[in-house]
Amino acid sequence: MTRIIEIENLTKVFGDVVGVDDISLDVEEGEFITLLGPSGCGKSTLLRMIGGFEDPTHGRIFLDGQDVTNIPASKRAVNMVFQDYALFPHLSVGRNVGFGLRVAGVAKRDVIEKSREALALVGLEDRFDARPHMLSGGQRQRVALARAIVRRPRVLLLDEPLSALDANLREQMQVELKHLHTKVGLTFILVTHDQTEALTMSDRVVVMRNGRIVESGSPQELYESPKTGYVAGFIGSTNLFRSRVEIVCGAPMINCFGQSLIAPAAVASISGQEALFGFRPEKASLVSGGKGKQTNTLRGSLAEVLYHGQSARLVVDLGPDRVVIDLQITDVIGASGLPQVGDAVALSIESHKIMLLQDEVAA
Amino acid sequence: MTMASSNTDRRSRQVSLAAAERWSWLFGITLILGFLYLPIGVLVAYSFNASRSLTWPMSGLTFEWYLKLASNDQLIQAFYNSVYVAVCATALTLMIGVPAAITLDRIDFPGKGLFRKLILLPIALPGIITGISMLILFRAIGFNLSLEAVIVGHATALLAVVVTQVFARLQRLPQSLQEASADLGASGFQTFFLVTLPNIRTAVIGAGMLAFTLSFDEIPVTFFLTGRDNTLPMYIWSTMRRGITPEINAIGTLIVVVSIVLIFMSVLLLREKSGPKE
Repeated sequence: MTRIIEIENLTKVFGDVVGVDDISLDVEEGEFITLLGPSGCGKSTLLRMIGGFEDPTHGRIFLDGQDVTNIPASKRAVNMVFQDYALFPHLSVGRNVGFGLRVAGVAKRDVIEKSREALALVGLEDRFDARPHMLSGGQRQRVALARAIVRRPRVLLLDEPLSALDANLREQMQVELKHLHTKVGLTFILVTHDQTEALTMSDRVVVMRNGRIVESGSPQELYESPKTGYVAGFIGSTNLFRSRVEIVCGAPMINCFGQSLIAPAAVASISGQEALFGFRPEKASLVSGGKGKQTNTLRGSLAEVLYHGQSARLVVDLGPDRVVIDLQITDVIGASGLPQVGDAVALSIESHKIMLLQDEVAA
Repeated sequence: MTMASSNTDRRSRQVSLAAAERWSWLFGITLILGFLYLPIGVLVAYSFNASRSLTWPMSGLTFEWYLKLASNDQLIQAFYNSVYVAVCATALTLMIGVPAAITLDRIDFPGKGLFRKLILLPIALPGIITGISMLILFRAIGFNLSLEAVIVGHATALLAVVVTQVFARLQRLPQSLQEASADLGASGFQTFFLVTLPNIRTAVIGAGMLAFTLSFDEIPVTFFLTGRDNTLPMYIWSTMRRGITPEINAIGTLIVVVSIVLIFMSVLLLREKSGPKE
C-alpha cells in the first residue's frame, strides 16, 4: 500500500479560535478512512483543507507525494460530496454528473457516456434527464456521489453525506457507500459525528476532539481496546472509574466505586499510581444470587431495566455511583428471567476485560 | 316547522350570506382595479377620439393622432434618445452592479457593511439631489452635458436597484454550489458563467427590466444633465405646457402597449426557468 495523502502539522486558526490544531495524518491508497468527532472538533475543517476550500494557517498537505497546500480546489485530483449535495439546480441530473468532464473539455459524446456509466454505478441511469428538484433525498445523494466519482479522483471526500437522510435510508446508504468503495477502488475520506456510521463503513477511524486527533485505529481496535477514556466513552459506552493500583497477594487490585476488583496482570507495572479504568457494559455478566462464589464481582441493587428487545440494559446502583451492563435476552430467559428493579444483584467482570485507559485529554 | 325545513332555511340563509360576501369582495376588487386602471383606460380611449377637446362623450374614432406622431420628427428623435439612454444605462448598471453584488456576497473585506450601505444610498436620495450634484461634478471636470452624461447619472441612481436585487438572490444561493463547481475543476470564469449566472439569471433580467423602465421615464436627473437633446419624458413634459394634446394620449398609449409586451416577455422568461427542461 502506498501513501496517497500525507498531512504534516496542519493548523487552521479562525480569528482567535483554533479549528484544527497541529494535525499529522497519513492516508493509504484505497483506504476508507473516517474522521469522527462531535461538532466543532475540526473534522470538517480538516476535510475542507484537503479539498482545497480552506487555506491552512500552518502545515502542509501532500497528494501522491506532491505538495498541494497552495493548489486551488479546481486543480486538485480530489472530489467532494457536500453535506447539502450542492447539485446545480439549473442542470439535469446527467449534466450535473457530466459537469466536471464538460469544464475539462472532454468531447460531448464521451461526457454523456461517462455520465451514464457513473449514474449506472449508483443505480440512477434512468433519471438522466430529471432535474435535481424532482428527486428524493436518497437519489440526490447518489447523484452527488456519481458527480464526484465521474472524473475518477485520487481521493473522494464525503462531508457528513448521510446526515440529511432518515434513519432507514441512512442504514441502506451506509451499505451502498461501502459497496461503492469496493467497486470503484478509490480512497474515501468521510466525516461524520455518527459512531455507528464510522464503525460500519471504515477501514480506519480517526477520532478527533478540539482540533486534535485523540486516537485512530480500525473499528475493532477502537471498540475492543481503546487507549483513551475519551474514545472508550465516545464509541459505544463504557463504565469508567478512577482507582489507585495496589498489589495484594501478588495480584494488582483496583477499587471500583468502593468494591475491589482484580485488574489485568499488566496493570501491576503502575502499582501505587492512580489511573483510569473501564469496562464495556456487555463484557460483564449477571451472577445469580445462589450460585457459588465468583471472583471479581460487584454487588449492588438493580436501579433500572431498559428493555431493547434482543438485549436489555441494566443500571446497577453500587452505592456511590451506578454502572450499566448489557445482557443478551436469550442468555437470561433460559435461567431465571430478568431481575426486578430493587433486587440485589451481583455482576461479574473478568480481569482481562477491564481496560486501562489514558486520561481523557491525552493526545 | 320541522327540523328539516329549519335546517334548509338556515342553509339557504348561509348560502345567501356567502353570496353577499362574494359580491362585496368582487365589488371591492373592481373598485381597486378601477382606481389603478381607469386613468390609463381614459388615456387610451381619448387617443382614438376624433375631437381635439377632451370632452365626454367622444365624438368619433380616428387614427389621426397616431399618424401625426409618425411625422413628428422631434418626438421620434426624443424616443430614440430615451431608448439609447435606457439601454446604455441598463447595460452599464448591470456590468457594474452584478460584479458588485457578487463581491458583496462572496468576499469579506474591512468596511464591507459601510460599502453596502453607501451603494444603497442613492436609491434613497431624491433624483433632484443626484442631478444637481452630478451637474456640479461634470461641470468641474469639464464633462459636457449630453445624453452620455445622462447615462452615467442614471447608472449611478440605478446601481442600488440592481445590486439589491442580485445580492438578495445570491444570498439565497448556497455557497456550496460554487465550491462544488470549483471542486469539479471549473475555473472562476467557468463557475461564473456555468453556475452562478444561470442561477441568478432571473434576478439579473428582472433588475435589468426595472432599471430600463426607471431610466426610460426618469425626469429629474435627466433634466439637469441633458444638454440640448431631449428624452421622451422631457419632450412630453415640455409639450404639456401648451396643454394636453391628443398626440400625448397616443404616445401614452404606445408606451402602455410596449410596457405590457415587456411584462409578458419577462413573465415568459422567468417561467421558462422553473420548467422541467432547459
